[in-house]
Amino acid sequence: MKREVPLIITFLSGIIIIIAFFIPLYPFGSYKNFPGLQDRFLQWYNILLGFTLILGIDTLIAYHWKKIKEGSKDAPYSIALIVSIFITLAVGIFSWVKYGDPFKAGSPFMFYYDYIFVPLQSTMFALLAFFIASAAYRAFRARNLEATLLLIAAAFVMIGRVPAGDNILNIYLFGYHITLPKIAAWILDTPNMAVQRGILIGVALGGIAMSLRIILGIEKTYLS
Amino acid sequence: MKKIYDILEFLGKIDRRWIFLFVFVFTTLPLALKFKVRVTPTEEVKIAFNYIENLKEGDRVLISIDYDPASMPELQPMLYAILRHLFRKNLKVIMMGHWPLGLPLGKTALEEVAKEYNKKYGEDYVFLGFRPGGSAVMVAMGSEIRNVFAADQYGTPLDSLPVMRDVHNYDDIALLIGLEAGSTGDFWVQFANARFGQEIILGCTAVIAPNLYPYYQAGQIRGIIGGLRGAADYENLVGKLGTGSIGMWVQSAIHILIIIFIIFGNVGYFVLRRRRKRSV
Repeated sequence: MKREVPLIITFLSGIIIIIAFFIPLYPFGSYKNFPGLQDRFLQWYNILLGFTLILGIDTLIAYHWKKIKEGSKDAPYSIALIVSIFITLAVGIFSWVKYGDPFKAGSPFMFYYDYIFVPLQSTMFALLAFFIASAAYRAFRARNLEATLLLIAAAFVMIGRVPAGDNILNIYLFGYHITLPKIAAWILDTPNMAVQRGILIGVALGGIAMSLRIILGIEKTYLS
Repeated sequence: MKKIYDILEFLGKIDRRWIFLFVFVFTTLPLALKFKVRVTPTEEVKIAFNYIENLKEGDRVLISIDYDPASMPELQPMLYAILRHLFRKNLKVIMMGHWPLGLPLGKTALEEVAKEYNKKYGEDYVFLGFRPGGSAVMVAMGSEIRNVFAADQYGTPLDSLPVMRDVHNYDDIALLIGLEAGSTGDFWVQFANARFGQEIILGCTAVIAPNLYPYYQAGQIRGIIGGLRGAADYENLVGKLGTGSIGMWVQSAIHILIIIFIIFGNVGYFVLRRRRKRSV
């Protein structure tokens, strides 16, 4: 029963959501002010998701608490993480109680957000610029035809998408006005779009196949 | 001749700390000088701008904040420019978000621009905040927004706010603008557009932009505002240049620098390969 009940719930929820998509009529879809099964399921889903956030925090703290207790060499990072979680929580609750909204300008939470969280996250992301430049220099080599094509396309898009590229190339060829921004736009609109569409269709087909496997109980790894 | 080859080979072996130093200088210098660059807006951004331009006064526009401070340099100037356009056109703004850590950014921009245009909270704009659920929230909003957001961020019931009184689902929203740093934009297209026919414009980081072209070409989204360039384009169209336009100098300098380094790397690589072949 421990496995059968979740499988039945999954099957019924999946089938009802699919039916509601194609037949959005009561009792599957809503009727005037009467919420249908789909609306109920979506509400339950949202409520459950709220609880999974608590579960996530609990698991995270338990994992790092264990590391601290075992005296792991990474324990200082775990201490920093747990202390940060509780400071954020305390500052957030305090701001909510005192100001009615933690996001209110001038509240301690916004101070914490503006002067600690934003700079930390921005710094982490800004480092990417340095690593991308270094990685492009070392890895972007014209080793074969495919790599060369990629290299040329990337160079055209990189220069064609910035103002500096506006006046580098400006010629008429077979009656066409060719500029770098136009070449960059063509690369994005045509070959890139075709490839992206192919990937999207592939991902969608994979998603459908996986969903059917889960709904029909063939794929059960989520139960383990 | 050997000396020239040595120099060319060296170009392929530059220490990465030199690259870091060049990137640092080429980034900070233009930022410190604060040059604002006028750009010729790209087609996708012009189409997005014109779509908003053609909305009727009083139409509701939903903005979804789906990014956090990591993507702030690209998406925040975009948000400011879009908000200025919306308030200038006297459109009503409804703001929500799927990324809780980005919501303060959205709220700050909303309040700042609303003040610039003397707009009143509850009448001209509203801030709904965050609800967990992602795609489930999008689908539920298709039947009744109150099923997900019974009240705004401050706990005021939606029916008490004039701006939300007649707004129940996507039928009452003229346009959805998603500002995306991840895959939430795909879900907006798949659920809000494909299922409920919601008109959408997506603003996104430059990394995400190429993924959105199939939706744009199929008419599922009404425009793409991609990356810092998209933000600068929109600022130019709105007529108030901001950090997006300042960033164009930095982006031009860095892109050229990276291409120069790639050329150096390839010259060094081919010289080394030629020497190895000869020695064999």
